[in-house]
This record gives sequence, C-alpha cells and structure tokens, in this order.
Amino acid sequence: MTIDQLPVIIPVSLLIFTCLTLLFGFLRKSLAFPIALTGMAVSLAASILGLVQVLLYGPQSYQLGGWAPPIGIEYVLDHLSAFMAVLITFISFISLIYSRHSFAREVPDKVVPLYALLLLLVAGMVGIVVTGDLFNVFVFLEIASLAGYAVMAIGHEKAPVATFRYIIIGTIGACFYLLGVGFLYFATGTLNMADIARLLPDLYESRLILAAAVFIVIGMALKMALFPFHIWLPDVYTYAPSGVVSLVAPLMTKVGAYVIIRMLVSVFGPGFLSEGFPLMAVLGWLGAAAIVIGSILAIAQSDLRRMLAYSSIAQIGYVALGIGLNNPLGLIGAMLHILNHAFMKACLFQVAGGIRYRTGLWQIPMLAGLGRKMPWTMAAFTIGAISMVGIPPAAGFFSKWYLVLSSIEAHNWVFVIVIIISSLLNAVYFFRILEKAYASPESGNELVNTASDPPASMTVSIMVLAAGILILGLINAIIITNVLQPVVKLIS
Amino acid sequence: MEEIYSIKPLIAVLIPALAAILNLLFSRQPNIREFWTIAAAVAMFGVIFSLLPDVLAGRQPEISLLNIAPGIALALRVDTVGLIFALSASFLWIITSFYSIGYMRTLNEKKQTRYYASFALCLFSTIGFAFSANLLTFVIFYEILTLVTYPLVIHKESPAAISAGRKYLVYLLSGGLALIAAAALTYYYAGTGDFVSGGFLSNLAGQPNLMLLFVLFLLGFGVKSALMPLQGWLPTAMIAPTPVSALLHAVAVVKAGVFGFVRVIGDVFGPGLFHDIGAWQILAVMASITIVISSLLALYQDNLKRRLAYSTVGHLSYIVLGISLLSTTAWTGGLIHLVNHATLKITLFFCAGAIYAKTHIEKISELNGIGRQMPVTLGAFTLAAIGLIGIPPLSGFNSKWLIGQGALEAGAGWAMGLLLLSGLLNAAYLLPVIRRAFFTRPDKPLKFAEASLFMVIPLLIAAALSLYLGMFPDGIFHIYQLASDTAARVLDGVIR
Repeated sequence: MTIDQLPVIIPVSLLIFTCLTLLFGFLRKSLAFPIALTGMAVSLAASILGLVQVLLYGPQSYQLGGWAPPIGIEYVLDHLSAFMAVLITFISFISLIYSRHSFAREVPDKVVPLYALLLLLVAGMVGIVVTGDLFNVFVFLEIASLAGYAVMAIGHEKAPVATFRYIIIGTIGACFYLLGVGFLYFATGTLNMADIARLLPDLYESRLILAAAVFIVIGMALKMALFPFHIWLPDVYTYAPSGVVSLVAPLMTKVGAYVIIRMLVSVFGPGFLSEGFPLMAVLGWLGAAAIVIGSILAIAQSDLRRMLAYSSIAQIGYVALGIGLNNPLGLIGAMLHILNHAFMKACLFQVAGGIRYRTGLWQIPMLAGLGRKMPWTMAAFTIGAISMVGIPPAAGFFSKWYLVLSSIEAHNWVFVIVIIISSLLNAVYFFRILEKAYASPESGNELVNTASDPPASMTVSIMVLAAGILILGLINAIIITNVLQPVVKLIS
Repeated sequence: MEEIYSIKPLIAVLIPALAAILNLLFSRQPNIREFWTIAAAVAMFGVIFSLLPDVLAGRQPEISLLNIAPGIALALRVDTVGLIFALSASFLWIITSFYSIGYMRTLNEKKQTRYYASFALCLFSTIGFAFSANLLTFVIFYEILTLVTYPLVIHKESPAAISAGRKYLVYLLSGGLALIAAAALTYYYAGTGDFVSGGFLSNLAGQPNLMLLFVLFLLGFGVKSALMPLQGWLPTAMIAPTPVSALLHAVAVVKAGVFGFVRVIGDVFGPGLFHDIGAWQILAVMASITIVISSLLALYQDNLKRRLAYSTVGHLSYIVLGISLLSTTAWTGGLIHLVNHATLKITLFFCAGAIYAKTHIEKISELNGIGRQMPVTLGAFTLAAIGLIGIPPLSGFNSKWLIGQGALEAGAGWAMGLLLLSGLLNAAYLLPVIRRAFFTRPDKPLKFAEASLFMVIPLLIAAALSLYLGMFPDGIFHIYQLASDTAARVLDGVIR
C-alpha cells in the first residue's frame, strides 16, 4: 500500500473486512465485533490520513486498475470528499463501539450479519464520497441502500414494514438519479465528473442537461428525506435497532446532501442550477418548509425516538436551505451543519438507545427523574439538546449563524425568520424533556428508579460525541478556513 | 485609549467556571463545596479589582483567544463601563455566597450542589458578558447566562416553579434570538462587530434598516432588562430562592440587559447615530412608561418579593432612561445607578429572604410588628428603602440627582418631573412595609430572634455599602470616575 492509494483504501478496506467479519463470525460469533471494529479503524485511519494529505498537498486522485479517466474510474480525495470521509468513518467507528452492548441486548442472534452489513453500509457511503465517477456513485448508492434496508429491517416486528416503504421511495430516488446520469452521459459521452464539468458549459442551453439536473436533485431529495419526501423516515428510525439508528440517522441522509453539493461545486456549477430554472431556490424553499413542519411535528411526539426522527427531518431542512441559498456562506453553513448535526443526532440517538437499554422506555412522559439516575447520559443529552436549539457555544449555533448570515446576504428575510423561529420550536421539544428529566418529581416508576448509566462502552461513546459537539463549536473557524472554504472557492 | 495585553480578564472569567466544576466534584462534602464558592468569589473580585488602576489610567487590558468564526475572535477587553458592571457583580457575589450558605442551610433546600454550580456559572457568563470585546462574544455569553439561570429559577421544582421556568425560557430565548438576528445584521452591514467607543455604524447613516436593527436589539436587551411590555418573566421568576432573586434578578441578569443597551448605544450605534434615527425617543418613552407603571403595580403587590421585583423593573428603567437621554451627566448618573441600585436592592432582597427563612412569611400584610423580632434586619431594610426613594446621604440620591440634572441639560425637563413622581411612588410602596414592621402591633407577642449570622452580616454589609457609596461616590471603587470617564469617552463630540 502506498500513500496515493488512500482514496481507494477508504472504501475497499471496509469491503474486505465485511467478508472477514462474515467469515470469522461464522467460525466464532464473538469474533465479529473485533474484526468489524478493526475494519472501521483502518478506514478511519485512512480517511484521517487522506484529509491530512489533502490539507498539506491538495487533492489526491487514484485511477482504478490503472485506466486513466475519462475511460477508467477515478477516485478523488479533495477537501469536500476527505471531510465527508472522515465524518462518516468517525461517526461509524463511535457508533460501532456503542452498538456492541445494545445489539447484544436487542438482537442477540443476528449480530454477525448486522456487523457485516453495517460495514457494507459504511463502505457504500464512503464510496459515494470518494468516487469521481457519476455511475460509480450510483453503484455505491445501491450498496449503501441495500445494506441499509437490511440493517433497518432487523429489530422490532414493525421494522420490515417500515423499511419496505423506505425501499420503495429509496429505489425511486435511485432511479431518478440514474436517469439523470443517463441523460448526462447521453449529452456528454462521459461519466467522469471533472470531464463532464469541462464539457458542460457549451451545453448549458440543452434541455437534456436541465432534465438531468432536475432528476438528480429530486432523486437525492428523496434519499435525504427532504420534505415532502420524508414520510418513510420516522417509522424506520423508530423501529430499527438503536445501534443501527445511531449510525444511519446522522449519516445516511447526509450522503444525499453531499451528492447535491458535489453536483453543485464539481459538475454543474452554481450558475446553471439557479439561472433559468430555479432548481436551487426550490430546494431552499423545500428546506424551509421541512424546518417548520419537521419541528412542529416533533413537538407533537411523545415517543423519544420518533421525536428525534422528526427533528432529523427539520435538520436536513437546514442543509437543503443552505445549499438552496447558493452563495458561499450558505454552502459553508450547510456543510458545517452536516458535520454538526451528525454529531448531535448520533449523540441524541445514542442517549435514546442508552435509556432504552437501561429502562426499556422511550415514552417521554415516563422519563421523569432520569437526570439523577443516569447523570452522564442525561448531561450528554443536555449538551446535544442545547446544540440542537442553537445556543452558543455549542456547535449547532454556528451552522445556524452562517445560515442566517447567508440568508441576510441573499436578502431572503423569510429564511432568516424561519431559522430564528425554528430555534424556539426546537427549544419547546427539547426543554420539555430536560424539564422532565431534571425538574419533575420522581415518578416512582420502578424502571426509572433502578436505572443507571449504560455500560462503559456506551457511556464513553455518548460522552465523546457530546464533547465533540462543544469542541466543534470552539474550532468551527479552523474547520471552515482550512477545509470548507477551499470547497466554496470552487464556485466563487 | 491604549490597549494592553493582559491575561487577567480571562482568569477572572475562568475562576467561577472552575468553581462550578469544584462544586460538582465536592457535592458530598458541603463545607468544602461552599469553601470553593467563597474562595472563587474572593479570588475573582481580587483579580477584577486589580484591573482598576490600569483602567483608571486609561488603559484597556485585552486578551484575544481563538477565532470563533472566520475573522471574529473570542475576545475579552476591560474598559471603564465593563469594569463598573464586573466590580459590582463580583463584589456582591462574595456577600451573596455567605448569604446563600445561611439561607440554603436554614431552609434545608435540596439539590444545593446544582444551585451553587449554576450560580457560579451565572457569574462566569456575567463577567464574560461585561468583558466581551465584540458582538459575537457578547451574544455567546448572553445565551449562556440565559441557560444557566434556568436551573435556579426552577430550583423548587414545584409546578409553579416549573411554569415560571417555562415562562422565563420563552421570554429570554426569544430575546436571545432577536439579539442573534441583530448581531448577524450588524456583521452583515458593518463587516465587523468589535466594540468601538462612539460606535462603528456611523458610516451607515441613512440606511433604512437601522431602525429594524435597533428594534431587534431592543427586543433582545429589553427582555433581559425587563423593559415594559417585556417584563412578564421577572415577577414570576421570584419563585427562585431569595439569593437568586437578590444577585441575579436584581443585579447580574437584569443588569446584563441594561448593560447591553449601554454597549449598543455607546459602542455599536454611537450616540450620534442613535439620536439621528430617533431611537433615543423610543427608548426614553418606553423607559418612562415602565418607571411609572411598574411603580404603580408595585403598590398592589402583597408578596414582598414581588413588590421588590416590580420596583426592580422600575429602577432598571431609570438607568435606561439615563443613558437614552444622551447627555454626559445623565449617562454618568445612569451608570452610577447601575451600582447604587444593585447594593440597595440586594439589601432589600436579603432582608426579605432573612424574614422568610426565619418566619416563613412572604406577605407584607403578615409582617405586623416584625421589627420587634428582627430589628437589625428591618433596620437595614429601612436604610435601603430610604436610599431607593432617593434621600441623601444614601446612594440612590446621587444617581437620581445626576440623571435629573442630565435631563435638564438635554432639554428633557419632563424626565425630571418623572423622577420626582416616581420617587414619591417609591416611598408609597416601600414605607408601608416599614410602618407595618415597626409601628403596627403584632398579632402575637414577638421576641427578639434574628436570622442566622450568615444572613444578617451580609445584609448589613450591603446596607453599609449603600451608605458608603452615597457619601463617597468616588470611594474605593472609583465608580464615579469610571462612569464619568465612560460618558465623556462615548459622548465625545456629541453635543446635548
């Protein structure tokens, strides 16, 4: 292995370890976890190394099988893909550590296929971000989706039905994407992103290109559960095993957002997507609607996991809103929110899983007095909640801050008001839980009274994420200047 | 203004944060836990006091930490007006800490660790707020302050306390969001948020959105400083333990709102622009209405703490009125009133708390003859009441005098009349308490029985301080000089 193979090592190591996990898992069940964790660690290390390389020497490219693009498939690590790869592998690594006890409790007889499928899912997601080839994106998208359907269908008895809805909608999304890519191939004769970007400016008048853009963006909007395509999400997040949700919820929908950002910065260029047909504006307004409706629906939930799921719908709205604003600050806000929300949602879903692990409860009214019984877990929940509401110095504040600045720059006052109001709505549904956990008299519920913080591996991973939320808030300027601004430079 | 690098402002801010951690670590050893609170309070005051010579000599100790957003540093800077606020809050934290020990132990309150830790974090954010060098740092500490006060409001965990907490959050978070929007607009228009004496928005004169910007700031700080009609949360929040009402809801939290106005008028808009867009009239009229109505409402409160809360609402607006008049004298008076009202009102709250801890009486109508049982406490109460009404030589007099004189200089004679009227109203709602305490026959015979010395001594110190500041406004803390320096610097060249 040499350093220039890094772009391909990130997904391939995971594919190899998927096989190893299955193999050794069938020999001995207890081997599945350490092998899966090793695979995850290798990929994480490769991603971090890749990011360092990108920061030091600029974008890295690898030609698969030695075939030069545009004929061959190219894997590219630039600022955006390295950023996403580190994010995906880091959150997955933490979630994997977390999932051991939770799987052993919730789905004890299915841990081997679960770990193998989780690795496959992560391989699909990092594959999407490191490839420089549009059809290859589709392949990895399908790998991630199929693995995702499988892991989410395990668990609660209602999970398969919930997942079936996701399969239908997810497949439609993938088809739309494939159609779009087909149109692009038809128009340009190539699938390499850089090559298409070179050829496109002469073809901007073509309706085929416009149709391709519309298909791709709508396909990805389906994948990222953007309002009004969100209906599959709450059931899936509610019934899947907690270890799975803590990996899927922070990352899966973000990959869809990544593809749109990638199209914007590396394929179509921002001008094309906003002039003529206002595709970006539509995306932004759908995002604003998602924020309002997701937040209001979240308030109405009494199931903690469902509430977090609706909150995810609202949060993906911020990302869409930022992309839709189509100016550098908005894109920075969107990318920063992908990062921040991944940490926040992973943390919150892990807390929900931890509560379930200790008490078997997820109904919000029954959580009274939990703050005293599970001090570390609820402290992490508090940090996550504060960040979701957007109170500084937690990370969530800063992504919203850039989105507000960007909305002001675009003179879009409605977006400013939506972001501001949504913070209040978030406060309503998160402080309701904090009030229950800390200020309500103990309910006398035996399940709560005997609770304590979950096992060390779960508590530690929850605390790492909570600490991450605070650290990301403090170092957001460093991330922006070094990683995100080079991405934005591509379009300005 | 010479800026010098100094780590002291950072130390001053970090001491209470450290105290909060130590409080949590020693939650099972109350004496050690309280020791850390006292030690932190004394240390923090020491550090802040040691900044005084530099600031009086015209230097501004400053420290810039990491960038919190591209191009915007998390920065602390100590100037004259920040030091006024920090000095008063940190000194009063010392005596409040002693008082808290007496109060919480007498009443055997639960969850004392959470109480002390939250209290320390409130001071952390208050001092950070006072020393913030730019708008974004300011916003961050503002929001932290809102958040860490919440556990103190709901401390009793009764349904009433929880609903008070909700009301508090709705008001304060909404205000905070208005402030965030205001800060974002400011950065967008000016490209910077670094506070500059005399303001940095003056090149935007004529911009139509300046009024919108002012209204957003007005919402943000109006909520915190309980400007009517945004005052609803404050009387409700009186359900918190009395030391909280005393230090936070009479000094730190609400004064942070007033201090926000000082910063926005002096260091963001600048007095010239603030006058030209007509914002001063809005603020002055709102403050005047608040003064009159809150004093009238105070008359009707039978709950002693609620009466004091409405009195606080009114007195905060004295300060807002003083600075919105934009005359040097009135600014000086307003800033001095920030300190004077702090010592006077903390004395009154301490007395109310001591009465409650000893007798569990909250209502004024049940205080008949209480002066015979607790003569020292009620003596201090009388002293502070006289000060609040504005009778020399107590400290309330000199600040009211300066505001009145400044009003005349600014050609706003009506404000002078308003001050006289509200002085009478102050007397009308405070003197009956004293009359009941000393001159009404008790329902049953009462014997001499004061509250714990942990409560009595702090309240005597606060009362003595009010007397001292009244007689020597430029005494050891040099409040007068700090205030007049601020006024002269900010209003330099603006003729009113």
